[in-house]
Amino acid sequence: MPTALAPRDYSLTGPENRRAGERGLADAEWYTCLIPRSRLKELMQRRDGPAIRDTLLWFALLIITGTLGCLTWGTWWTILPFTVYGVLYGSCSDSRWHESLHRTAFKTVWMNDALYELASFMVLRESVPWRWSHTRHHTDTIIVGRDPEIAVPRPPDLLGLALSFFSLKSGPREFHRMTLHSFGRLTPGEATYIPEIERPKVYRNARIYLAIYLAVIATGVATRSFLPLMLVGFPSFYGAWLLLVFGLTQHAGLAEDVLDHRLNCRTVYMNPVLRYLYWEMNYHVEHHMFPLVPYHALGHLHQELKADMPKPYDGLWAAYREIIPTLLRQTKDPAYHVQRLLPASARALGSTPQPAS
Amino acid sequence: MWIDAVNAADIAREDVLRFDLGERTFALYRTQDDRYFATDGLCTHAKVHLAGGFVLDQVIECPKHNGRFNFTTGQAMGAPACVNLKTYPTKVEAGRLWVNIA
Ligand code: FES
Repeated sequence: MPTALAPRDYSLTGPENRRAGERGLADAEWYTCLIPRSRLKELMQRRDGPAIRDTLLWFALLIITGTLGCLTWGTWWTILPFTVYGVLYGSCSDSRWHESLHRTAFKTVWMNDALYELASFMVLRESVPWRWSHTRHHTDTIIVGRDPEIAVPRPPDLLGLALSFFSLKSGPREFHRMTLHSFGRLTPGEATYIPEIERPKVYRNARIYLAIYLAVIATGVATRSFLPLMLVGFPSFYGAWLLLVFGLTQHAGLAEDVLDHRLNCRTVYMNPVLRYLYWEMNYHVEHHMFPLVPYHALGHLHQELKADMPKPYDGLWAAYREIIPTLLRQTKDPAYHVQRLLPASARALGSTPQPAS
Repeated sequence: MWIDAVNAADIAREDVLRFDLGERTFALYRTQDDRYFATDGLCTHAKVHLAGGFVLDQVIECPKHNGRFNFTTGQAMGAPACVNLKTYPTKVEAGRLWVNIA
């Protein structure tokens, strides 16, 4: 077990990977709340309308704030529209990326795939590797040595987290990987979850992404202006802070190595504006338990399941009142984590991890 | 070998039902227009029962990672579903659904 002296190895190719397998934590059966099949079927129904409306609004806001940014460029006023543009580009793209990855945003498949490619570029995540990484995240959510998307390994790297508000940790890493992929190579961790058949697509897409960035830089050089980069590329950094504010609520400070999403995910109540920006991913326990339910039905799913769930957090502030002290304590005591209280009615887990050999 | 599996009416329209036979497990489907199909019960991406998934037209979406298969042909329709599903002939006789599992 983790101790203050021996932090765990979060890589997918180290001893924790084998240990997770030995403990029955890899590819395991997870707890699922009971819900009548007929009701679940209603909630899984796909619709185009909500996501078309939300996406058109998103594009309109990007165009308006981007245009205002251009018009005020060279004055201090430009900070205002670019602050909003950056968040719409660098943070909202995260939830659009996520929902279209699951192909639950729209009923029409090509619309999901088109939004996925666009949002992947905007959020600075190559579309093919990240599809497979997120697939693994759903198989082995916060299982050390298996999940490539553990946002806050213990002990928390507070400086790294601070840098992440502007993607200064993940951004350079993504560009490094993109360059590696463009030369036809993967990292050793990626090789554990990206199948052979998908790899040519990884390499091709990386070359396309790099070509777009080079074209934007060339435009900037030709026009002797930073403005093209303010519109494309740079917002993935200066606009990423809200992505982190939302994203950390999902799992940070909660249990590792449990087979119950109620213990390692947070559901946080948010107001309608935040839920629009985050596309309802605040219902994170529900999403992990039933990933086939589209974002616009997650609130209803929450109502169905909440009697079998721990108490949700009453807003971002309530979540951070728990997250901040927990992460600070974990810097000294990496084994410490928040223990979510399950209702007395909760069923036993579908399967229980075995002690490590 | 034909197996008398379930009451055809036990499968809701545009839905899927799990059917176990010894060690084997199958997914049985009924379309909106009352046609019946059968495939292997487990997703080809990981060992997850497709019967927990979502049926839309002729497509079953896996409940774990939303991998999609055409259940009439077994064809995998894109990552993370990359390997086709095995399909089995079906017939309905006297209200019972039969599956040829040979
Ligand atoms: S287990 Fe079915 S898509 Fe992954």
